[in-house]
Amino acid sequence: MHLEDLAEKAAEFRAEEAAIQREVRVCMAASCQSSGSLAVMDALKDACGDGNGTCHVKGVGCMGLCSAGPLVAVADKDCGLDASLLYRDVTPNDAPDIMGSVCGAPVERLRCPTDQPFFARQHKIVLENSGIIDPDSFKNYVAAGGYAGMVRALSEMTPADVLREVTTSGLRGRGGGGYPTGLKWSTVAKMPAGQKYVICNADEGDPGAFMDRAVLESDPHRVLEGMAIAAYAIGANKGYIYVRAEYPLAVERLQTALRKAKRAGFLGNKIADTQFNFEIEIRLGAGAFVCGEETALMASIEGLRGQPRPRPPYPAESGLWGCPTLINNVETFANIAPIVREGGDWFASIGTERSKGTKVFALAGKIHNTGLIEVPMGTKLRDIIEIIGGGIPDDKSFKAVQTGGPSGGCIPDRHLDIPVDYDSLKTLGTMMGSGGMIVMDETSCMVDVARYFMEFCMTESCGKCIPCRTGTWQMHSLLDRIAKSQGTQADLALLEELCEVVQATSLCGLGQTAPNPVLSTLRYFRDEYEEKLQLPTS
Amino acid sequence: MPRPANQPNVRVVTLKIDDLDLSAREDETIIEVCRENKIPIPSLCYLDGLSTWGACRLCVVELEGQNRLTAACSTRVAEGMQIHTNTERLQRYRRTIIELLFAERSHICSVCVSNGHCELQSLAQRCGVDHVRVPYRQAAYPVDSSHEMFRLDHNRCVLCTRCVRVCDEIEGAHTWDVMGRGSDCRVITDLALPWGESETCTGCGKCVQVCPTGALVKQGTSVGEMVKDQHFLPILARRRHAR
Repeated sequence: MHLEDLAEKAAEFRAEEAAIQREVRVCMAASCQSSGSLAVMDALKDACGDGNGTCHVKGVGCMGLCSAGPLVAVADKDCGLDASLLYRDVTPNDAPDIMGSVCGAPVERLRCPTDQPFFARQHKIVLENSGIIDPDSFKNYVAAGGYAGMVRALSEMTPADVLREVTTSGLRGRGGGGYPTGLKWSTVAKMPAGQKYVICNADEGDPGAFMDRAVLESDPHRVLEGMAIAAYAIGANKGYIYVRAEYPLAVERLQTALRKAKRAGFLGNKIADTQFNFEIEIRLGAGAFVCGEETALMASIEGLRGQPRPRPPYPAESGLWGCPTLINNVETFANIAPIVREGGDWFASIGTERSKGTKVFALAGKIHNTGLIEVPMGTKLRDIIEIIGGGIPDDKSFKAVQTGGPSGGCIPDRHLDIPVDYDSLKTLGTMMGSGGMIVMDETSCMVDVARYFMEFCMTESCGKCIPCRTGTWQMHSLLDRIAKSQGTQADLALLEELCEVVQATSLCGLGQTAPNPVLSTLRYFRDEYEEKLQLPTS
Repeated sequence: MPRPANQPNVRVVTLKIDDLDLSAREDETIIEVCRENKIPIPSLCYLDGLSTWGACRLCVVELEGQNRLTAACSTRVAEGMQIHTNTERLQRYRRTIIELLFAERSHICSVCVSNGHCELQSLAQRCGVDHVRVPYRQAAYPVDSSHEMFRLDHNRCVLCTRCVRVCDEIEGAHTWDVMGRGSDCRVITDLALPWGESETCTGCGKCVQVCPTGALVKQGTSVGEMVKDQHFLPILARRRHAR
């Protein structure tokens, strides 16, 4: 199959929908479903009736502004399909009004302006189809230009060409570490030919993070396409998606996408009529946070206890069942298709010197616009929180933003003007992580925050290495004492010492980064700890 | 793991450990080279003959030119490596790790059957742990005496998994495994059955011999278990008298 054949197919799929005058898109991602979008969709379908085939109600993926859900977008051909109207907080009772409104005269009481900074300041690559296409529809994805990257790679590029494009793009791993993706791929590609594996890490477990879930729920084919391109580049024929069982909707959509892609000949044997074979299997995580660590994840896929092992050997050399294995995060794979389609140079033109492209963030906590955003790397943290996020509600003042989940740290107001990229965040004692951002206002107690994250690490420690297993328990009990105003200066000193030991000696990333929330809150909010200390009684 | 004595194509490298110039085969780990050359490195989960586990973190060493510490048991030597095994920082970390272990479960030497023959105890002595600064967890765990020959006391267990590995790799029974998370991890026999009811246990006792502490012991060795049997006396006396 060549690109022209695919383009023909896409045009054919678009033509099937030519009769539709009005397309009503209802967000069917997990967060809008939880605020009742299923009922809204049914009501809209009733109000639409058969509409002589000119009206079409479809479920789509995440539109980003989760706090205003259920979200409904209406695209009228008369007004141009691209200029869609967005409605917020829609209830089933609003359905007749929405369907009854004519182009140019929208239902004003429900309108959610799309020229507000929340939408206008975003730059969508990973989420380009999210909220527009039906995630369960293979045709929708192809009509939107899907699989063009894979077909281009298979028909026009050698594996080395693909590697070069990915390396040129400057893409770095979106799972948190920021390891250069091109380098990782070429390392696996350079291993002697034989059985190799591709793994997609969808075990997103950071509190307050839901980027991967949204990508899988909104545009699952994009992840499959990215994995297939990776497999072609490194010479693998088998892939696994390790997704947590707590994401049932994402799993369901992935299964549908896998089935449809396979039926269309875009996965399986002789993909797109070439000699390239690639199978993908879904593996469900059983609820352990540590299984997001790559060696523990691989042990879990193998059917063993989900525990990390010392590295080296790295998975690139000896991974799944001892074979060379490429393991990347969902968002990393979601960036691959556009890179191959548009070229590495295009991707490298976005972002900063050392962090290229865009990053999806999940805004949560005390902020007006909670939801999902995608911004170019290097966007100022202050812009994300005050302009895109709309600032802090209830006239409270901003205190800190927590990035990187239990491995990250808190950034205070005075450092908000830094550009968001891997290296700047590291200098502030936190990390990019997978992209969760939890905003806290003046009412949050930073000792409580540190205690919360330490409790998370303590209960999620696998128990293999001593520093993480017992160190997190000790640190948690010290934080608990301090938070209850029962701690002393000696407790604080011991806490800091344990932080150092656990950070330096733990076996895997979970333990090595577990002290980060404590260290960063101590660095910026030490006075809050000291206020809570007991004065020595004389 | 033991490897064939004569491996072709294995190169020899030179390296420096604590200012000693040494040579080693490139397929050896740092800890193996140290053991060969009588350089003491504390370790707990590592045991010659079993696979590497890398969990106790006591054998961490400093590599020059590298910020992160390296576990000596799971790192192979390389040409020109410069290794420090006993810096002030490492000593401090090791002491803390041992203290954390002592505080995790009930390691009271004076009432332990392994007192004087315990690797944890001697590690503490060698690393200079004279007191524990962190609070004790004070969690009580059960003792499994259901096996006719052996006994498992979770309160003494350091979760080094030597028993798990020796049973799987040497005996081939895989009776042992680990369940739970974090500090509540426990070694279990079969699917958490009492040891005595285990269908896979061969009773070979290898796990007992490799256990570094008093967690796995022979029955009849703890305090108060010496039961005197004097039935023989009247019987013997009667028989001798009859003759």
